[in-house]
Amino acid sequence: MSMRQMELEVLRYDPEQDEAPRFQNYSVPCVDDWAILDALNYVKENIDTTLAYRWSCHMMVCGSCGMMVNGEPSLTCKTFIRDLPDHVRIEPLENFPIERDLVVVLDDVMEKLRMAKPFIIRKDPPPEDQEFTQSRAALYKFKQYTMCVNCMCCYAACPQYALDSSFIGPAVLALAHRYNLDSRDQGKAERLNLLADHDGVWECSFVGACSEVCPKSVDPAAAVQQMKIDGAKEWWKQKLGGGKS
Amino acid sequence: MEKITADVVIVGAGGAGLRAAIAIAESDPQLEVALISKVYPMRSHTCAAEGGAAGVKGADDSLENHFNDTVSGGDWLCDQEVVEYFVNQAPRELVQLEHWGCPWSREDDGSVAVRPFGGMKKKRTWYAADKSGFHILHTLFQTSLQFPTIKRFDEYFALELLHKNGKCRGVVAMEMRSGRFFSFQAPVVIMATGGGGQSFPFTTNGAIKTGDGMAMAYRAGVPLKDMEFVQYHPTGLPGTGILLTEGCRGEGGILVNKDGRRYLQDYGMGPETPIGEPVLKTMELGPRDRLSQAFWHEQKKGNTVETPWGDCVLLDMRHLGEKKINERLPLVRELASSYVGHDPVTDLVPVRPVIHFMMGGIDSNINGETPMPGLYAIGETACSGLHGANRLGSNSLTDLLVSGKRSADRAASYAKEAGKAVDDPAIDAQAEGVVTWVRELLQQQGGDESIAKIRREMKSALEDGAGIYRDEEGTLKACQQIAELRERYEKIEVHDKSNVFNTDLQQALELRNLLDVAETVAEASLQRRESRGAHQRLDYTERDDENYLKHSLAFRQPDGRPRIDWLDVTITRSQPGVRDYSGGKSE
Repeated sequence: MSMRQMELEVLRYDPEQDEAPRFQNYSVPCVDDWAILDALNYVKENIDTTLAYRWSCHMMVCGSCGMMVNGEPSLTCKTFIRDLPDHVRIEPLENFPIERDLVVVLDDVMEKLRMAKPFIIRKDPPPEDQEFTQSRAALYKFKQYTMCVNCMCCYAACPQYALDSSFIGPAVLALAHRYNLDSRDQGKAERLNLLADHDGVWECSFVGACSEVCPKSVDPAAAVQQMKIDGAKEWWKQKLGGGKS
Repeated sequence: MEKITADVVIVGAGGAGLRAAIAIAESDPQLEVALISKVYPMRSHTCAAEGGAAGVKGADDSLENHFNDTVSGGDWLCDQEVVEYFVNQAPRELVQLEHWGCPWSREDDGSVAVRPFGGMKKKRTWYAADKSGFHILHTLFQTSLQFPTIKRFDEYFALELLHKNGKCRGVVAMEMRSGRFFSFQAPVVIMATGGGGQSFPFTTNGAIKTGDGMAMAYRAGVPLKDMEFVQYHPTGLPGTGILLTEGCRGEGGILVNKDGRRYLQDYGMGPETPIGEPVLKTMELGPRDRLSQAFWHEQKKGNTVETPWGDCVLLDMRHLGEKKINERLPLVRELASSYVGHDPVTDLVPVRPVIHFMMGGIDSNINGETPMPGLYAIGETACSGLHGANRLGSNSLTDLLVSGKRSADRAASYAKEAGKAVDDPAIDAQAEGVVTWVRELLQQQGGDESIAKIRREMKSALEDGAGIYRDEEGTLKACQQIAELRERYEKIEVHDKSNVFNTDLQQALELRNLLDVAETVAEASLQRRESRGAHQRLDYTERDDENYLKHSLAFRQPDGRPRIDWLDVTITRSQPGVRDYSGGKSE
């Protein structure tokens, strides 16, 4: 396996000591099939134990290790050395307050997740002692939106969230849409009331950056567009006295 | 130090912890639940489970079948009343999860699909492509968001149990963001912190799986049970140890050695079955312990393939075709292509056994109760006696649900009877003692030992001494090495002195937990002088029911190595017999 010396330029910030974020360089002997996360782990184990960042699964599913790699929001366990130049700049995800080094404050999106009511809402009871019947076609309607690992890379890419953090944002809207599309759910109207208001889907300027950076190929931009249509339909339905669906 | 009172404290917000929290919130909205986790719930390692969750489904299957597969799969070390309850409740819990929105894969008629899995006589593994654990975790987390009585404490690192007169009284935790300490006081603590696979060098387990709950209980005087039984999953990616699900073989993937031979037939799991037509409970669908042991023998014989990451065998899925692989095993394809550069659609994928799961854990019973009143344990952290000496794939995801629900019901009644926590200077002093210890560790200067070095040495001590095959000399050496490492641990230095998200300190605390777990694994491996399930001794090659049809219990000793006691196994209707994975050919 070939080795390559990489220069990592890593943002450091300890609110107890630093007045402002600064950069620190580490020279790391990297194996070609490493991911950026492996290089950070090398630093942590061998060069500087004080570097703070989040990670766990190292297999693209826990969503912990989202960071900016050369300016791109990336899941660092699936951003490979082989695809990068010798000098790499690593920063915390943009659009979030920095908690420490590469760790960002996620309170805002965690609270928004709750607001989206991301759970099955039923008016009728579910079938007793057996599962709902759901065709594959019905499953595939919402399945891609279940793939989100909440890495929040899409928030780091979103120009609207950058401008105004009251915008609910891509991952949470996609999640709400996932439940709206689920044939087992009856809560769409409840969610639309919330999501169609001024902080919701209408704020999206449809740049599509969220879908471009998503490491799991979820397409939040499409979800947002579909929700705009749903929201408009719902508005008309209520206006025309058709009641809530 | 800030004090937080609750009726129930749950430590760990993975599948088991979330299931328990929901059960308590549903059963009684008066009960306050404090759900503490060192990571955000969706980061919990449940997310990495791929293959699925077992529960009897088809008309051709029965609870009896699931019971028998589990008990023989566990080499008769299972407590059979626990297995019986588990197989009974499994379908109900999986349906419940479906009602909560889990995106299970579907059959043509729209019912939930099931796939074959190792050691299971019938198809009964419910799955969501190859991201079953991920979907289970997110479904539970999202469902939990509707309950206002579940109060989450995300990124709080639990340090130590609080207890008095033998009863559990709460837990001390540190908020990672601020470095502040909190005393959570409650009559009930449910441990749901997962296993400790990070005590080994090569593991599917995420970085967070450091045996925290096991170690906290152990230090509080609660024994750890059956710690010698550590499961190697036969198909990990070399280098990273990333899991390739048993579903690869369930869907028809085969294992071959360097000569292209399906070598499992040489280890009591043959005769060979037709390629692409997997037969249940034989060949590639044998149990994990047997498959991993077969690898060891192939390696000794020189039949493995050399790769840049070490010796491997080859997983061949090419005959499944691109469509099926994309539909059923998309993550496997992505992982194998990204991390070792082999696309299963066109290439053979190198794999080798990898540490995956701890059958052992905090001594608990069918209700999740431990010997300490008020302390409960569920999921991988616990050892209820469900898995015995070897867990069958897809039983553990279901166990998160079944044990989570059952123990929550019991814990809720206990909490109501016990009443709210009252001010107690003795408990406050105990909590202060923990904080003082952590502060001293943080401030300690001039230590010449590094956390990373001790961790590396601990990992290789366990792999060398308590790997797939073990013997007296090797396990004894591992016990001694770990005892030495514990002494050296006293001289570590935490270089990061910050209060804010101090991962250097966290790793030091996790290493302490791992050392506790490691010493019980090594000691119990030394003292079980027989071969059973995942515990194979080169010097005691047979199962010995006369002396060892017993659980081991490791008790912490203030000085020196743990003391091992033995506890009878509960047998109700299945007497120890022969594990037969010949596909019925030897019946």
